[in-house]
Amino acid sequence: MDSLDHFLSMGGYARFVWPAYALAVIVLAGFAIEGVVTYRKNRRELDAVEKKRR
Amino acid sequence: MTRKRKRLYIVLGGLALLGVATALVLSAFQDNLVFFYSPSDITAKNVPDGRSIRVGGLVEKNSVKRESDGVTLDFRISDGSQTVPVSYRGDVPDLFREGQGVVAEGKLNKGTFIASTVLAKHDENYMPPEVVDALKRSGHWQETGPKP
Amino acid sequence: MLRLANPNRFMQWSGKLLPWCAIATVILLGVGTYMALFVAPPDYQQGESVRIMYIHVPSAMMSTFVYAVMAVSSAVALIWRHPVADIAARESAPLGAGFTLLCLVTGSLWGKPMWGAWWVWDARLTSELVLFFLYLGYIALVNAFDEPTRGARAGAILALVGVINLPIIKFSVDWWNTLHQPESIFRLGGPTIAPSMLWPLLIMVLGFAAFFVTLLLLRMRSALMAAKLRAIRLQQIEAA
Repeated sequence: MDSLDHFLSMGGYARFVWPAYALAVIVLAGFAIEGVVTYRKNRRELDAVEKKRR
Repeated sequence: MTRKRKRLYIVLGGLALLGVATALVLSAFQDNLVFFYSPSDITAKNVPDGRSIRVGGLVEKNSVKRESDGVTLDFRISDGSQTVPVSYRGDVPDLFREGQGVVAEGKLNKGTFIASTVLAKHDENYMPPEVVDALKRSGHWQETGPKP
Repeated sequence: MLRLANPNRFMQWSGKLLPWCAIATVILLGVGTYMALFVAPPDYQQGESVRIMYIHVPSAMMSTFVYAVMAVSSAVALIWRHPVADIAARESAPLGAGFTLLCLVTGSLWGKPMWGAWWVWDARLTSELVLFFLYLGYIALVNAFDEPTRGARAGAILALVGVINLPIIKFSVDWWNTLHQPESIFRLGGPTIAPSMLWPLLIMVLGFAAFFVTLLLLRMRSALMAAKLRAIRLQQIEAA
């Protein structure tokens, strides 16, 4: 447990280090999720329209 | 000349003009773009008392003293040739120590710089503490700017 | 080169490349984060706070790299009127703005404990903030026109004008006294970062770059599909 506490405290800089990593996760994951959701939606709509045309 | 080629020349010409204009503007505002002055600049420019200014340099070795009131910190900022004595009341950042880079904001008062804020400036060197210890043991450590 | 940029060809090769880019991103970011948090040593001056570097430096490098990609695409779009280049520039902008925001905020979180200030108006920080506004301005301008091609052209000109900011950001720490320290990696005489910290940093930089390529390809494919969808619907309306 001590080593975990030591790791989480980041030598007293926890309140600067962890928000930095958290924001990185939010920004990167946000782009990834938004990208995949839009891609799937467009793919679905395009497939539906092309099927109807045939 | 094809239209594509013409557009290429317009874009390149525009960028060149923009570059020249920006270089002119930046060199004209050179004085406003520096974040701080060195102690040599302060001496050379004869900065009047009471003008807000930033001074940057290294905290001189063995110059940091706490006054008897326990709050005021006195030290000297040096750039190797000139020094400026600084007096400051307040918290210093974690990197503030003797021999380290520092930028003080404040005003000159009869030759002493009364700082309202003290910022630490760190150098471009990053290394683990063990490496520094090893360098110091082997005598390869240089106080101002260690060679990695 | 231009053949590869034909919309149909682009859809073909980007579809094959995309999964590999995604795999590379996951591996690089996974290994990089592990090394940054568990393997890399603390710094002799900055202690554990130096771990912010592994987010701050990659996002700072990507903020300018993405802008360069956007500017080159804009030039190609302006000169050769290539539709895929337009889409590349347009889809790069939000990603670049995201990296720039990440760079500014992590820099602030690093500056407070080390420098003693969340923000200072020195040349490096100010020019990076200008970069963020350039991205926002580009996004706003491109979307401000009813006709997409006019918006793209106005945006391309803004992107090219803003290129002048890139050398200013890069060399600000050499040209003027700044609070921000000088370059540690790409400098004459080699990096001034110990190898045990440089490796995790390089892996994180590659991870961020792979992330950008993956997301750019994904977004460009989305945009091309959306364009095709619009064209088909327009045809149907005209036929009816």
